[in-house]
Amino acid sequence: MDRRQFVQSGIAASIITGVSPLALAKGNKAQVVIVGGGYAGATAAKYIRLLSNYKVNVTLIEPNASFVSCPMSNLVVGGIKKISDISSPYTNLQKRHGVKMIKSTVTAVDAEKKTVTLADGKTIQYDKLVMSPGIDLIYDSIEGLKAANDASVTLQAWKAGPETVALYKQLEAMKDGGVYAISVPKAPYRCPPGPYERASLVANYFKQFKPKSKVLILDANDNIVSKGKLFSEAWKANYGDMVEHRPKHQVMGVDAATRTLKFEFENPIQADVLNILPDMRGGRLAVDSGIANLNKRWADVNYMTFESKVAKDVHVIGDTVQGAPQMPKSAHMANSQAKVVAAAIVSEVNGWAPNATPLTNNTCYSYINTTNVIHVASVHLYNAEKGTYLPVEGSGGVSKAPTELEGQYAWSWAQNIWADTLV
Amino acid sequence: MKNQSTDRRHHRYAKKSILTMVYAFALATFASSAFAASPAKADPIKDETTLKAASLSATCANCHNTGGKGVEGAAVTGLSYLKATYIESQMLSFKRGEREATVMHQLSKGYTDEQIKIIADYLGQK
Repeated sequence: MDRRQFVQSGIAASIITGVSPLALAKGNKAQVVIVGGGYAGATAAKYIRLLSNYKVNVTLIEPNASFVSCPMSNLVVGGIKKISDISSPYTNLQKRHGVKMIKSTVTAVDAEKKTVTLADGKTIQYDKLVMSPGIDLIYDSIEGLKAANDASVTLQAWKAGPETVALYKQLEAMKDGGVYAISVPKAPYRCPPGPYERASLVANYFKQFKPKSKVLILDANDNIVSKGKLFSEAWKANYGDMVEHRPKHQVMGVDAATRTLKFEFENPIQADVLNILPDMRGGRLAVDSGIANLNKRWADVNYMTFESKVAKDVHVIGDTVQGAPQMPKSAHMANSQAKVVAAAIVSEVNGWAPNATPLTNNTCYSYINTTNVIHVASVHLYNAEKGTYLPVEGSGGVSKAPTELEGQYAWSWAQNIWADTLV
Repeated sequence: MKNQSTDRRHHRYAKKSILTMVYAFALATFASSAFAASPAKADPIKDETTLKAASLSATCANCHNTGGKGVEGAAVTGLSYLKATYIESQMLSFKRGEREATVMHQLSKGYTDEQIKIIADYLGQK
């Protein structure tokens, strides 16, 4: 199916705004198919089962055998935790909640026939599709990056897994006195404070084991994107001159042979470990299917139900969604959006009006070192008039300073959101 | 990932910093009356009202686990062992700035008093 056909079929279909129950393709049980088992998709799978009193059938399609958490993965990069500490199988979704798991990739979506096609060519019928394909890294946004990746000179580790471990190993192999460079792409990208937390934890590792080394943050943005004051103060207090943040430094090219980064105006920079993050967009399936309808990067949705603006009965959640004002592309937000979608789908299946005032919240913790942590928090309420979520006035904020208490709460957050998402 | 499937109340503090001691003291003060032995059981979703209450309460679950049951060994306490009236009064205290917190004073301000009551009644002990 080509993209144009897909988009047209979506637009041609009228969006149901009434309260008549969802028309089912077969039998008397609604079939929900979820593509992508990250924080958004896994949470949606569990909560659709829970909120429907286990009456809606849910199939979750995910190529990876286990869930590896992006939040806390910087602790693995920094040598504090192991990858097994942040990994979990999907078995509980199946055993405890009756979610049907399919280990595969979806190659195509037909919004008219309401089917998805798997890698092996098999098609699956849905009444509702939830698309949560995460992000896609746009490698060709930086000249030479693909070649440098293939030569194992650069890596991203922006989807937790083998690359997370590989990055730690590169740091471990680096000589004392070396330079670790991380580039920050222009916002929006997955996990706004993530690059700065990673820089902090790499510096934390260097301080203990390679004190002559340096952490260089090459930031395409004008300022630190998230928790700016807290990060810059913490770097100074914890690491002195070891961490250097250079704003307005957009990486344009990488030369793998000389480990050199090229910029538009500034002088080239050589580094020993090159953690180069290119521009990002919604997951591949969303881009290829046209669901990522904004600049072919992010998906625009009706925020009350997260239904795609271009395809009926297709709901999009997680990092692929464009996002409302000040709504971050975070795991917490993905989990929060999934619950809105779960309730919206259950409402429609039952013939109830969808919740007109859904609410989401966000809390993102960032480690400054092994023990001390900062956070940013926010609450977002759907505003029917504006058709989007707005931060609730007076709510939200950041930490006063990094503390050990927040360090305990950060790990507690991880334990609880893992349980809430997967168990 | 360990310790995910439990549903027992827990509030252990790894390090007794001054802040945690103050917090632990505050908890202990309320503990006798506020905590129950087993979690509150959520009602099945029977209509739009219970669905709305369940989804509003689910916004707490990111940090307090599904149904507010908490995770054993985690520093943040579960909510489903607390009395509904206690959850409500503490949320209002956070909101008004009467009880100190790291995050809850910021998040509680995002909820109306009415929403707080719905959440407390849904997650807490009757």
